[in-house]
Amino acid sequence: MNSVSVTQQQYVKQKKRQLQLLKMIRILILIAFLTVWELATNLHYIDGFFFSSPSRILLCIWNMLFDGSLLLHIGVTLYETLLSFLLIILLSMGAAMLFWLHPRIYEVFDPFLVVLNSLPKSALAPLFIVWLGTNVRTIIVAGISVAVFGSIISLYSGFASVDKDKIKLIYTLGGGKKDALKKVVVPGTIPVLLSTMKVNIGLALVGVIIGEFLAARKGLGYLIIYGSQVFKLDWVIMSIVILCIIAIGLYSLLNCAEKKYLKGL
Amino acid sequence: MDSILKLTDVGLSYHNMNGETSALHHISFSVAKGEFVSIVGPSGCGKSTLLSIIAGLLEPETGTIAFENPKGTIAYPKIGYMLQKDHLFEWRSIYKNILLGLEIQNKLDEAHMALVDDMLITYGLYKFKDKKPSELSGGMRQRAALIRTLALEPDILLLDEPFSALDYQTRLKVSDDIYCIIKKENKTAILVTHDLSEAISLGEKIIVLTKRPGTIKKIIPITLSIENRTPMKSRNAPEFKDYFNLLWKELNS
Ligand SMILES: Nc1ncnc2c1ncn2[C@@H]1O[C@H](COP(=O)(O)OP(=O)(O)OP(=O)(O)O)[C@@H](O)[C@H]1O
Ligand SMILES: [Mg+2]
Repeated sequence: MNSVSVTQQQYVKQKKRQLQLLKMIRILILIAFLTVWELATNLHYIDGFFFSSPSRILLCIWNMLFDGSLLLHIGVTLYETLLSFLLIILLSMGAAMLFWLHPRIYEVFDPFLVVLNSLPKSALAPLFIVWLGTNVRTIIVAGISVAVFGSIISLYSGFASVDKDKIKLIYTLGGGKKDALKKVVVPGTIPVLLSTMKVNIGLALVGVIIGEFLAARKGLGYLIIYGSQVFKLDWVIMSIVILCIIAIGLYSLLNCAEKKYLKGL
Repeated sequence: MDSILKLTDVGLSYHNMNGETSALHHISFSVAKGEFVSIVGPSGCGKSTLLSIIAGLLEPETGTIAFENPKGTIAYPKIGYMLQKDHLFEWRSIYKNILLGLEIQNKLDEAHMALVDDMLITYGLYKFKDKKPSELSGGMRQRAALIRTLALEPDILLLDEPFSALDYQTRLKVSDDIYCIIKKENKTAILVTHDLSEAISLGEKIIVLTKRPGTIKKIIPITLSIENRTPMKSRNAPEFKDYFNLLWKELNS
């Protein structure tokens, strides 16, 4: 590593310092926000009953951890989100593969997909309740409905943009369309799949929370709605904070997977 | 001479909603077993289309293709097709890339694996077989692509401008390599190229096509007064310049 020049070293050092500074500024903003919030409620500038405060949230988490209810709500929401996410991936991969093998079928369904994708899915949730009842099934369906159409469209256009000559190569080696799908189209579209997954995990969470608002007795979405109805706003804001953490966690997990895959290439 | 491949009056047009593109017309020629044929012609005259027809990827609209097997059987000869780019997949190691054709045709048996290993050793890629394609030089990648094609033991090799992605130096070297490999494996080969000196230095016969719709303008047999012909030596043959001028005239008249 002796060959790194002085100017390069300086450049790297400066860049690193900039990144550190950026991180510090972000953390400072967060701390400042929390402090102002805490002080404002303590000094009664704002009403802690409506606006809660960091200490009230921590206390609330502490209490609910003890009676076990918090972990149950988090667990339920996580389970529903991950299940929806898994089903979204399976359904959209399946559909995109079918469409690629049979473009005629795609041509038929293309306009329907576009309409379904641009529809605000929260409008459908009340229908799902009537059709499927107030249960986990409804919530999973709500979770799937938010992401699945967009996911199909992205994956299919990823499939369709695979280099035609790579597909021709498979034919020259004596393969058929299924071989092309298996050996080129799917493995060549993994980066698209990974970035679609990153979007989908967030959307699945959105759909699950909408579902829980309307059709649940458990889960963070339920806690938010119930808390707002009985004026337990600590619950509401705590749930939102936890949702933030879950969203960041799931996204970073997939982000790591993506980085790892791209690095392996 | 045993001809392994005979085209008679082959023609093809592409059709789409905007109209018809006539790509090839009245193409007739034959190729002898073990012969190396070059095809030259202006851009877009239908050279790739012709190779796709011979490979069986496209059905000719008119005319026939007959494959004659020296053994007298009517078995369809196996055809290998090398495209312009090597198309080695970055998500597979070199070795896995080379096995792609065998994998598709369910031929991952000992005999074929041994053949692949042999070729890897002979053509200097064995040490690199677990590398990713991006870790290899352009010439090595092209050799890997050739082994991928040869692993399926084709009787006829179709080469569609296989060297055009390489820089000039590498190109001379790789065309020498690949010519020798093809001759050593005793294959019949059809090479499409834009490069006239490449066509002469590799070909034993050159088919000159007209511009679109491609028809045969002339078939020029190449005989060079040198021994142990290789592309590199051919370039120094006394007749080389005359053939070059002849080809140049044919293409520009
Ligand atoms: N799928 C297709 N649909 C319509 N026209 C096509 C199609 N493929 C090729 N053509 C047209 O047919 C003609 C012959 O194409 P081809 O690729 O065989 O030419 P080529 O001689 O290989 O050209 P180049 O020297 O550029 O490689 C071209 O004019 C091309 O535009
Ligand atoms: Mg071409």
